[in-house]
Amino acid sequence: MSAALGRLRMDGGWRDRLVRASEAHRSITILVVMSLVSSLLVVFPNFNVLQGPSGWYDAFANAGVFVLLAMGLNVVVGLAGLLDLGYAAFFAIGSYAYAYSNSPFSGLDLPFIPMLVIGAGIAALFGIALGAPTLRLRGDYLAIMTLGFGEIVPIVFLNLDKWTEGTNGIGGLYRPEALPILGEFTPISPFPYMIVSLIVVTLAMILLYRLHDSRIGRAWMAIREDELAAAANGINTVVTKLLAFALGATTSGFAGVFNASKLTIVSPDQFLFTVSFTVLAMVIIGGMGNIWGVAAGAFIVYMIQAVFLKQINTVVENLGLPAFDLGPIHVDLLQINFLNYQFLLYGFALVLMMLYRPEGLFPSRERRAELHADEEAGEGAEVVGAMGGVPGENVE
Amino acid sequence: MIASSVTTPRTRSGLNRSARIIGFAVGAIVVYVVLLWLALQVVDGFAPERALPVAIQQTINALSIGAIYALIALGYTMVYGIIELINFAHGDVFMIGAFLAVVLTGGIFGQTGGVKDVPFLALLLLVALLFVMPLTGGLNVFIERVFYRPFRHASRLAPLITAVGVSFILQNLALLVAGSGDRAAPQIFPLDWQIPFGGAEISVLSIFIFALALVLMLLLQTFVNRTRLGRAMRATAQDQQAASLMGVDLNQTIALTFLLGGALAGAAGVVWGLRFGFVRQDLGFNAGLKAFTSAVLGGIGNISGAVLGGFIIGFIENFASSLGFSRWSEFLVFMVLTLVLIFRPTGILGQQLGDRA
Repeated sequence: MSAALGRLRMDGGWRDRLVRASEAHRSITILVVMSLVSSLLVVFPNFNVLQGPSGWYDAFANAGVFVLLAMGLNVVVGLAGLLDLGYAAFFAIGSYAYAYSNSPFSGLDLPFIPMLVIGAGIAALFGIALGAPTLRLRGDYLAIMTLGFGEIVPIVFLNLDKWTEGTNGIGGLYRPEALPILGEFTPISPFPYMIVSLIVVTLAMILLYRLHDSRIGRAWMAIREDELAAAANGINTVVTKLLAFALGATTSGFAGVFNASKLTIVSPDQFLFTVSFTVLAMVIIGGMGNIWGVAAGAFIVYMIQAVFLKQINTVVENLGLPAFDLGPIHVDLLQINFLNYQFLLYGFALVLMMLYRPEGLFPSRERRAELHADEEAGEGAEVVGAMGGVPGENVE
Repeated sequence: MIASSVTTPRTRSGLNRSARIIGFAVGAIVVYVVLLWLALQVVDGFAPERALPVAIQQTINALSIGAIYALIALGYTMVYGIIELINFAHGDVFMIGAFLAVVLTGGIFGQTGGVKDVPFLALLLLVALLFVMPLTGGLNVFIERVFYRPFRHASRLAPLITAVGVSFILQNLALLVAGSGDRAAPQIFPLDWQIPFGGAEISVLSIFIFALALVLMLLLQTFVNRTRLGRAMRATAQDQQAASLMGVDLNQTIALTFLLGGALAGAAGVVWGLRFGFVRQDLGFNAGLKAFTSAVLGGIGNISGAVLGGFIIGFIENFASSLGFSRWSEFLVFMVLTLVLIFRPTGILGQQLGDRA
């Protein structure tokens, strides 16, 4: 492994120097890249490809929510190696926090930006409450506890109909107050939402990269690779894992507040397991542990889901293919709603990724070198799992 | 891990042990009846003489739903015992079993309602079990072979994520084939077969489900304890490497574990349709969560524990629904899971499994 890493480091050239410079000045790099991406996202929709500008801006703003969610989950799953299957629960908690602070239902109208922090904080408290007892146990229990938590949070919001309006959800939430330069947040123009989501994503990315490069980030990765060894090296594993888990919950709550302020309605059925699963699929597809890879993966997956799968139906209709029979199976492409298949696709993507490309579509260099070190060294060893292949059985 | 209760050598106290288990079970059921009897009076204002038959009727129902959870929980616990993987797809194997039973009884045999002809009913049920159990068992073996085996020596996160993915694939394949929403399941076991009992009625179907589950559990227990393959399973659960050195074929043993677990889930699927009269593609998610909770509650990796846990969850759920809080049953089950993990992470019967992360 070290040989492979060394080889990667050794070849000079402008590309390598660029990579090294970007690693040395991460925050600046992120700012530069994100402003390039932002200008692209602002300009591109004006070409009216597939849909008009406001459709694109709306999609980009929503994609920002998922990018944020994926980056938060990446801290938990990708950096600390903990499987959180109830991620949508914290999203729900953030959303409902906003709903209570900004709706005719509660009669409150609190300012938007402080609510982003408060909503995220409330989600973090729930994360700590859930993580504290569970993180002492082995990792599998966290998976099932979070799965259960993700299941019951919508049920609780559904059942407490006196305080949550049950199935109907809380509607008519107030939009954020107008911001300088961006102007009013109106239902017609999603542009300010997109800008806010871009800013939030950029800030989150800088923060997460700084954490990633810090002592805490190294502790997370040490725990991911070998918890016992990490503990032996003086890392307080419970506190460190709890930190990762709480940070994930915070990000999710943050995204929840933003999303609720954009949708202006919250209801229990927005936060089902499919949301947690989608975000997990985004993290895996992007490349667990690699922050920019996860962000890119989430963006691409969301755009495929929200724009292209929807467009396929239109395209197929325009093609006007006749229905035909395949043996006993009647195939009528016009009758197929391609959106219904997205979760099947995610399922396959997840499994195939884990089996054949555990480092994801956009792996970090270190990770790729790590996971394929054996192949490069010509040892012909089998491909190991995502986490560097510590044989779990022998730790006991 | 499967070991803890079942490796106890069969000694002269074997009979005593069975007697103790039966005594415990009867005691627990009596305690539950009394509890429910009191709760019905306090919460729902039943008269004492009216509350008792209702309590007994509900207890029988609790035993049948508990039996279904126990059957599913066995698959979780055996797989966890042998390869330390939470097989998230297990609940969905159960769901596929429920669908297959509907396909057989409704689709192939064209049944829609209760079959009053006892021999024909017995034949139908037998055929359904013999049809569904091998298929779900085979499906489970296939899942292990294709999706889990490549991760045998990898860390825990990768197979766990794969298992979630497989669960989603199964669920969405069912959605694709059957569509969303409830599909009616033919309740071939007549629902109006009730034993009148002091103003309440005891469902024969519930008794049948309980008895069937009991038979399957005894068969499993005998298989694991008394046969060569069962011994191989226990050995593998205790120490894979050592078992392998002693000539146990690991691949075969692990496949066998998945086969048994899948078959039991299939049986649970068959009786689910009889009991509830509908199947849906997301059935496995909820039932799986409850069954897994059962397995953890009883002590994961422990066969007797899974059965005990299944019945406890059945009782808890029944208690909530008897008193009119059925929509809180999931919440209650989750609270139980949380409390168990905080105060006794090894479960009621589990001894091993420390704090390894």
